[in-house]
Amino acid sequence: MREINFVDALNEALHEEMEIDKKVICLGEDVELAYVFGVTKGLKDKFGAGRVRDTPISELGFVGAAVGAAMAGYRPVVEIMFMDFIMLAMDPLVNQAAKLRYMLGGQLSIPMVVRTPGGGGVQYGPTHSQVLEAWFMQVPGLKVACPSDPADGKGLLKAAIRDENPVFFCEHKMLYKTRGPVPEGEHVVPFGQAAIKREGSDITLIGIGYQVKNCLHAAEALAAEGISAEVADPRTVAPLDTATLADSVRKTNRCVVVEEGHLRSGVGAEISAAIQEEAFDYLDAPIGRVAALNAPIPFEPALEDFVLPNADNVVAAAKKTLGVTA
Amino acid sequence: MAKKAKSLSKKRLHKMYRDMLRIRRFEEKADELFMAGMIKGAVHVSIGQEACSVGVCSVLNREDAILTTHRGHGHSIAKGTRLNEMMAELLGRSTGLCRAKGGSMHIADVSMGHYGAHSIVGANMPMAAGMGLAYQLEGKGQVVVVFFGDGASNQGSFHESMNLCAIWKLPVVFFCENNGYAVSFGVNRSTAVEDISTRAQGYDAPGVTIDGMDVVAVHEATREAVEFARKGGGPSLIEAKTYRFFGHSRGDPHFGPYRTEQEVSKWKKRDPLLLAEKLLKMTTAEKDAHQKMVVEEMAMAAEFAQNSPEATLESALEDVYA
Repeated sequence: MREINFVDALNEALHEEMEIDKKVICLGEDVELAYVFGVTKGLKDKFGAGRVRDTPISELGFVGAAVGAAMAGYRPVVEIMFMDFIMLAMDPLVNQAAKLRYMLGGQLSIPMVVRTPGGGGVQYGPTHSQVLEAWFMQVPGLKVACPSDPADGKGLLKAAIRDENPVFFCEHKMLYKTRGPVPEGEHVVPFGQAAIKREGSDITLIGIGYQVKNCLHAAEALAAEGISAEVADPRTVAPLDTATLADSVRKTNRCVVVEEGHLRSGVGAEISAAIQEEAFDYLDAPIGRVAALNAPIPFEPALEDFVLPNADNVVAAAKKTLGVTA
Repeated sequence: MAKKAKSLSKKRLHKMYRDMLRIRRFEEKADELFMAGMIKGAVHVSIGQEACSVGVCSVLNREDAILTTHRGHGHSIAKGTRLNEMMAELLGRSTGLCRAKGGSMHIADVSMGHYGAHSIVGANMPMAAGMGLAYQLEGKGQVVVVFFGDGASNQGSFHESMNLCAIWKLPVVFFCENNGYAVSFGVNRSTAVEDISTRAQGYDAPGVTIDGMDVVAVHEATREAVEFARKGGGPSLIEAKTYRFFGHSRGDPHFGPYRTEQEVSKWKKRDPLLLAEKLLKMTTAEKDAHQKMVVEEMAMAAEFAQNSPEATLESALEDVYA
């Protein structure tokens, strides 16, 4: 299969969905020239200024406008230039988009996607480096996708655009230039279906978004020491496929959850609770958690590396769970 | 009182009067049911502001959209919202417009072009911009009217939405009911400008201040703004100076800590119903006929609501993805 990078995979999904459905429109800051990360490139030339629009720097305004366009039958895909900026638009996303169908007794639905690059590793500092999936997976009515490779990026974005519910779509900046095999044409990854990204028998490493990469690196390192790690990727955290994750743990009996957000009330806390509820009798050790340290994400590279989780942290957590001394 | 608009026949004015009366009686009924403990939560009545609701909606077609606020019963009724189902929603019954999940503050009747009461102050304005964008793309000449109050004009959402609508020339009418108070905070203290309509200048859009107690003045200003929007001119801002005769919510006192009895009495002399009666030189017989019809309609709505089944617990988990 041909290999393309994550940006091109997302771009392909947008091109295909805008081609299929004239109600799909794109809004956001600098999307016409795809000036910042390039995900929307070529869309304006192909689909015109009506359907692809640069917005002023007013997140509350244009995310709210996306809600309105969805109310009127369109399927807006909104880009938030950096995930941190979504806080300027919490009301339209959380109070309005997520609740409207419910609040109005099913009179309408809000099929919209907010796609946004998050995550650290690029020295953008505390207000341009966060991942916020843990916040949004708490909201009834919102779906949250966290793809970890180009194929899932394309497939999940196509599913997100076709979904009748609002979707918060997390794109990790460190993934943008990564390459991988991506099916051409129709390739849709359904929400709520975890994937096993590497088979193993001694421990399950569950990664969220970009941290799947760290889990795969860690699995490689563990393999060199004779430890067989399975890597599971939920792909969407809302809905969350706890069944597949629990099945993996029933096989391996041990588990570490790895995320880039903060530990407290994180995705790992939710997944750990779900696994102990579903597979308590199969667990041979407490579930380990790896997450960012309890600080904002600092600018300076060494400090940033220190605060963010990495493959070594995952290896250490896996060994602790296995009772293996370093 | 503005001169009777040429476009409005006597028959039409009577209809507008009756719609104002329907709003008045509906809200009196809602207030009564709230005081009797039959309606829970919060009820924000718009009594005194009926000319705004009716004047605006008298210009709109069913295909045009409105978005309203927590104080939205009047706009809802004027846009043609089904009364029985609306009263049922207030009472939290299964037959309610929102299946008892929205309540008074979230009334909507999408089938009539009523896209919802949005009770986060100012939240409806970005939505209006987005609906306007959709209507522009559709090219069928539909317009959106978004109702908001003086308080909401200080939200960032007002300014962001005005700007979006202005740069894209979206068919949106911003209708500000300046009733003088954001809960207890007087507009003279909350807002830097005397006339909120002047804020339109910042967005190169038409802005006008009108008498919000005069249903004809509201109709005329809205007609101009809607024509402008349909022709692709973009947004307009109408500020209607008006007054709520009741308290903010939940049967609050009509006067007290933040406004005087004298002030309320002064505004009541300009009750939009009285002004319309004068304009139409209405006879007692005509008034009685309107009253009779409206009172019956409200009694039926209350009866429908009270006889409707309670909402089922299962429905609390419906209309949201599992």
